[in-house]
Amino acid sequence: MSATPAQANLPSEEKAIIDSIARLGDKSKVAFAKPNRIKISVTRENLVEVAKFVRDELGFDHCTNVTGTDFPKDSQLEVTYHFGSIGGQGFRRIILAVGCRIPSTDPTLHSIIDVYPSVNYHEREAAEMIGCVFQGHPNLGRLLLPEDWNDIPPMLKAYRLPGRLEEG
Amino acid sequence: MSIGPQHPGAGHFRFTVTIDGDTIVDCVPDPGYVHRGAEKQTEYRSYLQSIPLLERSSLTDVTNIIMPFSMAAEELMGIQIPARAQYLRMIMSENQRILSHLYWLGIQGIFLGHSTVFMWPLGDRELFIDLGQMIGGARITYSYAIPGGVRNDMPDNFKDRALKVFDYFEGRLKDYEKIFFNNPLVLKRTQGVGVLPRSDAISLGVVGQTLRASGVKSDTRIDEPYNFYKDMSFEVPTYESSDTWARCMVHLDEMRQSMKIMRQCLDKIQPGPVRVKLSPQQRALAGEAYTRVEASRGALAFHIFSEGSTKPYRVKISVPSFRNLIALPRLLVGSHLADMPAIYWSLDYWPVEADR
Amino acid sequence: MVAEQLDVKKGPAAARDGPGLSVLVGKAKQVIQEVVVDPVTYLANWGRVYSLWPVHLETACCSIEWGAVSGPRFDAERFGTLEAFGSLRQCDLIVVHGTVTRKMAPRLRWIYDQMPEPKWVIAMGACSITGGVYFDSYNVLPGVDQVLPVDVYVPGCPPRPEELIDAILLLQDKIRKSSIR
Repeated sequence: MSATPAQANLPSEEKAIIDSIARLGDKSKVAFAKPNRIKISVTRENLVEVAKFVRDELGFDHCTNVTGTDFPKDSQLEVTYHFGSIGGQGFRRIILAVGCRIPSTDPTLHSIIDVYPSVNYHEREAAEMIGCVFQGHPNLGRLLLPEDWNDIPPMLKAYRLPGRLEEG
Repeated sequence: MSIGPQHPGAGHFRFTVTIDGDTIVDCVPDPGYVHRGAEKQTEYRSYLQSIPLLERSSLTDVTNIIMPFSMAAEELMGIQIPARAQYLRMIMSENQRILSHLYWLGIQGIFLGHSTVFMWPLGDRELFIDLGQMIGGARITYSYAIPGGVRNDMPDNFKDRALKVFDYFEGRLKDYEKIFFNNPLVLKRTQGVGVLPRSDAISLGVVGQTLRASGVKSDTRIDEPYNFYKDMSFEVPTYESSDTWARCMVHLDEMRQSMKIMRQCLDKIQPGPVRVKLSPQQRALAGEAYTRVEASRGALAFHIFSEGSTKPYRVKISVPSFRNLIALPRLLVGSHLADMPAIYWSLDYWPVEADR
Repeated sequence: MVAEQLDVKKGPAAARDGPGLSVLVGKAKQVIQEVVVDPVTYLANWGRVYSLWPVHLETACCSIEWGAVSGPRFDAERFGTLEAFGSLRQCDLIVVHGTVTRKMAPRLRWIYDQMPEPKWVIAMGACSITGGVYFDSYNVLPGVDQVLPVDVYVPGCPPRPEELIDAILLLQDKIRKSSIR
């Protein structure tokens, strides 16, 4: 996969990362690449393998964030992982985002906690906020929401804030 | 055994520990007592309206928590803020860092039974609150770093007053070293206690003082400089001992560095506009933004999805307290129950920030 | 301010200042009524007023300003309000610092029930009065008076320490005027 015109203007580290990602072939697609920020999209079947690649081949050693978002127009949920690199890779300024879309009707995907222990509480929070299930996660119990929460997950667009009439 | 949320050593956070004799064998954190759902609320507000809301997610760190949000909004709106606004943001951000560290120090004093080190920092804090008030207008919640720049300029007498405060406080820090940081009782209770090895610190994804005390020289201000940090000369304190004492020392050294940065900003700042005029219902372009700054407790990031309207589609905040929470069970298991307050508070876990 | 009004040495000046004199007389009447007519209530309330011990319970971000009030510049201790870090059972004041979430609410009520009578509640900050800036959140109570009976409401976000001191004085006034429970 050769660099697009927009990617040709990127610094060398970003270009090197994109070239490495090309080795994954069909398993990932570059969603966007800007200075300091690269995002790739993967399917849930390839998520764990791509996570291992990101850790071992690309050198991103910890997860900084996991966002769970609801896209009702596409009937999908997206779980976006953000990875950073600290230990001696020379590109601490770059954050790599890995977005994984799953259908709203079957919101399961495999947890990457065995690859990145830092995702523990982040995945747990995403699970309770958008209602997805991370298979293989040791404990997906309530974290921030009260124990007796019995409504739909609050970050779904279908959940309307009480007292607010307008669209979110 | 459940500790919190009403406990002298916990604040608004609870964790359950299992003890065997005097040693902690298991620790289960139970956050969420201050989960106010701010992320959902931002979806119903324009970018400017969300500023007072997000500010209160971390009252000890107001400027640093809204700054990445404003930076992300500016990225999505496609605007560049003036240079003077960036210097002012840096001044307020470093002022905030000192405020946060002094509050931390006050509570750390209580947890170690040192009531002078509760009173002194709270008193010294008032000087820096006055500085913030001169620029921002309020004691704490000034909603200063809005999308487009900053709300207003600083007054002419700010520089003189600030330099006087810095001179006084630099002498004061030496007093703190004498009575607290080099106090033999404190040293005994913090050195070698709660050790987090470097490799664990990196793989667990901890940030801030916890990371730097474990020998990792990482700070967003040098990893991915924003505003004019690349032009500033300052150190990032790092310690190798990875224990509670190291985490305390990093806090102390950072206060010195913050004053150093503020002095340089006050020398380098040039006259000019402080804000790009935006509408309160400014529309952002469709896209995705991930911005981060070095907040008082560590790297703080915002992840925003925008669908091209006046309101963000999804706002996710990655706060340092939440990222450091994973270190709490790791550090407490195997420690003595008596060391628990010192270790817990040295992580600088602020429940209000972690729960958002 | 109170000391000035009760300063009897300022005789001629007090006579010139009309309002000052009438306040002095009013205060004297009040003291006589309290000490002579119902001394037991007066003494009990006097004891309670000057030793209000708040529970150490931080609910949300207003706790920072409460910390500032306990600090040297504002110093709540001179009003007798000393945070007792020991047992809950010797406290008689709950200050609700800010937002009360649905997770915290039952624990707050449980703590209140554990405190011995007499006990008072100060609702500090806009969040504890109406929900404040989090009024439309899914996890926030629109006001703490849904779970606790509040004696003094302190508006602000966060209230300035001067307002908090005013609230403590207001509460002390209220206690002085109340009958023994």
